[in-house]
Amino acid sequence: MALFEEKIQQQLKEILKSMKEEVTIVNFTQEIECPMCRETRLFVEEIGSLSEKLKVKVYNFVTDKEIAMRYKIDKIPAIALLDKDEKDYGIRFYGLPGGYEINSFLGAILELSGKREPIPDELMKRIKSIDRDIHIQVFVSLGCPHCPAAVSTAHRLAMENEHITADMIDANNFVPLSQKYNVTGVPKIVFNDKFELIGAHPLNTFLDVIDRLKDYGINID
Amino acid sequence: MDFNLTSLSFLNESKFNSIDTSKVYDIVIIGGGPAGLTAAVYAMRKGASVALIAKHAGGQVAETSGIENYMGYRYINGLELVDKFKDQVLHFTIDYDEGGEVEAIEDEGIKKVLLKDGRIIKSKSLIIASGKRWRKLGVKGEDEFIGKGVAYCSICDAPFFAGKKVVVVGGGNSGVEAAIDLAKVAKEVIVIQNLDKLTADKILIDKLNSFTNVNFLYKTVVREIIGDSFVKTILIENTELLQKSEIDVDGIFIEIGLVPNSDFVRGVVELNSNGEIIVDCSCSTSARGIFAAGDVTSVPFKQIIIAAGEGAKAALSAWEYLLNEE
Repeated sequence: MALFEEKIQQQLKEILKSMKEEVTIVNFTQEIECPMCRETRLFVEEIGSLSEKLKVKVYNFVTDKEIAMRYKIDKIPAIALLDKDEKDYGIRFYGLPGGYEINSFLGAILELSGKREPIPDELMKRIKSIDRDIHIQVFVSLGCPHCPAAVSTAHRLAMENEHITADMIDANNFVPLSQKYNVTGVPKIVFNDKFELIGAHPLNTFLDVIDRLKDYGINID
Repeated sequence: MDFNLTSLSFLNESKFNSIDTSKVYDIVIIGGGPAGLTAAVYAMRKGASVALIAKHAGGQVAETSGIENYMGYRYINGLELVDKFKDQVLHFTIDYDEGGEVEAIEDEGIKKVLLKDGRIIKSKSLIIASGKRWRKLGVKGEDEFIGKGVAYCSICDAPFFAGKKVVVVGGGNSGVEAAIDLAKVAKEVIVIQNLDKLTADKILIDKLNSFTNVNFLYKTVVREIIGDSFVKTILIENTELLQKSEIDVDGIFIEIGLVPNSDFVRGVVELNSNGEIIVDCSCSTSARGIFAAGDVTSVPFKQIIIAAGEGAKAALSAWEYLLNEE
């Protein structure tokens, strides 16, 4: 139990007090733990011990293959967040959400627990009208101060519409994947492998890109 | 593993009320950096009705990794300092809007602040503390290759240039800091400076000189950024010899300082040739009832402690203005 300093632990406890309902943290690792897998497991276990409303489940990516497939986990370390009924909204964190990304992780937990800021009606209508599968990958580096905002926007979209799934990906933990997407600036936000945004953007820009995907008739693989 | 927790963004937020477009405020503050947040504290303490509009809480401070010259703290992380500023504002019940961007202001006695989302906020006085943003080079290829080799944020993007050859444009504090971040990971760093020497603080230059993989090109400017799907080459020119040449690079970090966020007040208040709002020593602008503070103004030296002090002064001046108007 040494990942969080005492001061941070207290702050986390304080923040997690405002959770409304339970949230389940599902972590995938493996027996001989991959780079950052051990730290990520310790991270979820430690954070899980800071609130009674957090449940933690740790699975083995290799031996619990069926469960990994059910959650469509294709790389580790991975974290999925589920709501009080263990419903999966497609909210994923690939790599340890440390550095500035702790903020998007806590934000997703609080929002999934029911503590959500309202979205203006007009934007909400646009979100609800999305009827195609949209997969958003947000590449970040942990030292990037404006990345958590992009991750939170993507995750919020996933919460509000079941056709949308959203991943945070620590680009420095998944180097070949980042190279595949030519990530040299973060946040880099990739929509269904087709369109990308670079930098922090407001919710309506995300929706504009999703609208353009519709025009192209692109669906998720 | 570090955790850069912005704890206050999760707590007490309920003390922030949303902005009321039907009312006429005493003071509307535009900007959520040190100047704007300090102005808010001073204005609230006077008992004024105040609204604060911040595009990003903390402004540039939120993007600064470490601060060693804000009195009271030997060292503090940028976000932590922003948290402390916000905490002090939260001590009051304030009308607050984060994320909203100002399109224009109109001065018809009562000041109107027009937001990009269509809202109009009315006030008897204004404090403009909208700060600065990264300056672009303005050369061909720059916009095209953003995120494809062209970068501005070294703490964000330096890791992607591990083992590569990168150029840093700018020899001031931000340029030298970026070069230090990059020298730790890159194979080779070339600092391009338009002057004949670096202008950064000595303590930073000494640190940069401790690396062996850094080279310097003085009296040199970048003319064009060239590539296909990625930056490949930059065209540079030596301004003394008027010689152009090309160098092959994997990336280019542009760290040539900042430009003021003053476009929305152009025509309403007087600006200097750098686009900064001209203020007198009481933070008054050329328009009655409109005050300005911090990096967006003509006040020399852009420092957190100076911006905070100017914010305090602007709030006190605005309050005095309101008293005299009544």
